[in-house]
Amino acid sequence: MTDATASDAPRARPSLTDADARTARRNAAEKRFRLYGIAAIGAGLFFLVVLLSAIIWNGVGAFQQSFVTVSVYLDPAKLDKKGERNIDDIRKVSTFGYNPLIQQAVFDAVSEAGIETEYTKAKEMKALLSASAAAQVRDTVLANPDLIGETMEFRLLTSSRVDGYLKGRVTRDSIARDKNIDAGHLDLVDGLQAAGVIKREFNIDFILGADASESRPEQAGLGVSMLGSFFMMLVVLILSLPIGVAASIYLEEFAPKNRFTDLIEVNISNLAAVPSIVFGILGLAVFIQFAHLPQSAPLVGGLVLTLMTLPTIIISTRASLKAVPPSIRDAALGVGASKMQAVFHHVLPLAMPGILTGTIIGLAQALGETAPLLLIGMVGYIATNVPDGIASGFLDPNSAMPAQIYEWAKRADPAYYERAWGGIIILLVFLLAMNIIAVLLRRRFERRW
Amino acid sequence: MYDAAQSERTVTQDVKIAARDVQVYYGDNHAIKDVDVDIEDKTVTAFIGPSGCGKSTFLRCLNRMNDTIDICRVTGQIQLDGEDIYDKRVDPVQLRAKVGMVFQKPNPFPKSIYDNVAYGPKIHGMARNKAELDDIVERALRRGALWDEAKDRLNEPGTGLSGGQQQRLCIARAVATEPEVLLMDEPCSALDPIATAQVEELIDELRRDYSVVIVTHSMQQAARVSQRTAFFHLGNLVEFGETGKIFTNPEDPRTESYITGRIG
Repeated sequence: MTDATASDAPRARPSLTDADARTARRNAAEKRFRLYGIAAIGAGLFFLVVLLSAIIWNGVGAFQQSFVTVSVYLDPAKLDKKGERNIDDIRKVSTFGYNPLIQQAVFDAVSEAGIETEYTKAKEMKALLSASAAAQVRDTVLANPDLIGETMEFRLLTSSRVDGYLKGRVTRDSIARDKNIDAGHLDLVDGLQAAGVIKREFNIDFILGADASESRPEQAGLGVSMLGSFFMMLVVLILSLPIGVAASIYLEEFAPKNRFTDLIEVNISNLAAVPSIVFGILGLAVFIQFAHLPQSAPLVGGLVLTLMTLPTIIISTRASLKAVPPSIRDAALGVGASKMQAVFHHVLPLAMPGILTGTIIGLAQALGETAPLLLIGMVGYIATNVPDGIASGFLDPNSAMPAQIYEWAKRADPAYYERAWGGIIILLVFLLAMNIIAVLLRRRFERRW
Repeated sequence: MYDAAQSERTVTQDVKIAARDVQVYYGDNHAIKDVDVDIEDKTVTAFIGPSGCGKSTFLRCLNRMNDTIDICRVTGQIQLDGEDIYDKRVDPVQLRAKVGMVFQKPNPFPKSIYDNVAYGPKIHGMARNKAELDDIVERALRRGALWDEAKDRLNEPGTGLSGGQQQRLCIARAVATEPEVLLMDEPCSALDPIATAQVEELIDELRRDYSVVIVTHSMQQAARVSQRTAFFHLGNLVEFGETGKIFTNPEDPRTESYITGRIG
């Protein structure tokens, strides 16, 4: 109706410079949409910043540790009563024999620094020291028995309470009912820190060391579980890359398209969405209970994670094979290449960047996976021993980085909480490194036009 | 370019490819019906017809490129020099070395110009050493009328060439394996008129050694380059004969409608 009336009178040509209502509405809608987009990205970035700063804020403390440096007199009367320097005799002295010497050394350091204290016995210095200190001294002595009788300088771990006090985690209020340490000890710590006996230093053992028992978080490190993760990733890479790529090439390039292959396709897509804990229980049933592979072994972990990673690799490989233009296949077949030559000489090299990216992303996913490891016993195991070879690396019980972090987060001592955050920083560094490698490989292969 | 006198002289009566009663089905779709064609040696044969008439499908039957399509089924007989190419004992890979193909869109491999041309000879073991391979590549590039432009940049990517050069590179790649028949599926449809002219000139040269079959949408092109023309319509081969006769005095009314622009 309106059209009819409008057509009666010749319409004035609107100027191009002033937008009509319709255009204005359209432009406003576009502007709004862009704002939504910016808001969404902004929110994402905000949460990323919050996440990263929380992780770094909470975790960076784990990379620093308080050490007390004292001169310990290795008293022959205590360590080698017979005086024959027989290694078997020296071995008989347990860490209990070393504790008094170390405590005496700290006590001496206190009086040397001129710190006033109500403590009169060296034994009361125990609260300052890590339980690992005696073992450290003992190991040094066993490695070199000639040191007995001499005075030697040791850099020893402080107890986690002292470390927490210096990091601000432990306060005088919070120890009011703590039977491990008293306010007097904290006065000592202040004094010793002022005298330079206690220092906070970078703690390489957190990155390279082994896990420790629940009572000595100051000693715990991620190194051994890092090796566990490394061996698992080796298994995953060696198995899932060739199997995944071979399966995808066959399905994409050679397999007839029929109901059976459709079924396989659907199942692969579904497998990618199966919760990882399902793979864990499958691994428990098949690899441990049926095949009798050792429990808690990185080999089994790697097999389980391979099952979990395969669908990811197959899907990404197939996608990148599909993305290669069919004209390249035609060209190769047209000059008389066989199907396999066409695939391996032309299609696969072009699909390589995508395959590698998919593989590395699959590996990164596997590296961060915890749930399936719960079921095959790689969580909760205290990884104190560094594997002493390749076979032991695959077969001896170990943990993995995320499992170790989970384990730490579970423990009661707040010092472990800090270590869990620190572990997450290391894990993120690994994931970031893998993603950077993926990007670099992609760039490198794509540069070949 | 099309010179009637010359074509009369060079058209021989040797039948290179003989197709009899060829049917092609895509699933339930009967795409090619009862096609009989004799393709002569050292002749350019053009397939014309409206889109979807089956000329490309039929072309792809001649070197069994349709094998790569799962739902495609070919019956009837196609003989190359008296041998049935759809015989079970025939390896399509060997066949394709004899019946080369150039595609509609230039599709050089994303490799160097040299590697593009050398790929076919390499996989067929045609060169015993690098020097022989160099010779083959040079000869093929000369045949493809690309040598002068490409000789100083053999190691540069083939994809960096212009569209017309890429298509000539694809032709050079196809002739490098010394095929007996060269199939061209609308080789000029992605090219500008200058590049088209160069490719057409090339086709005319190739006729001396090869039997060339070209599918084209351009009737002018068919008239310019071919000696024999086949007109396809709705999967049927409507008319096949001397190019001059098809364009000047077609027998079938459908051919006449098409070349005068009433259908298609």
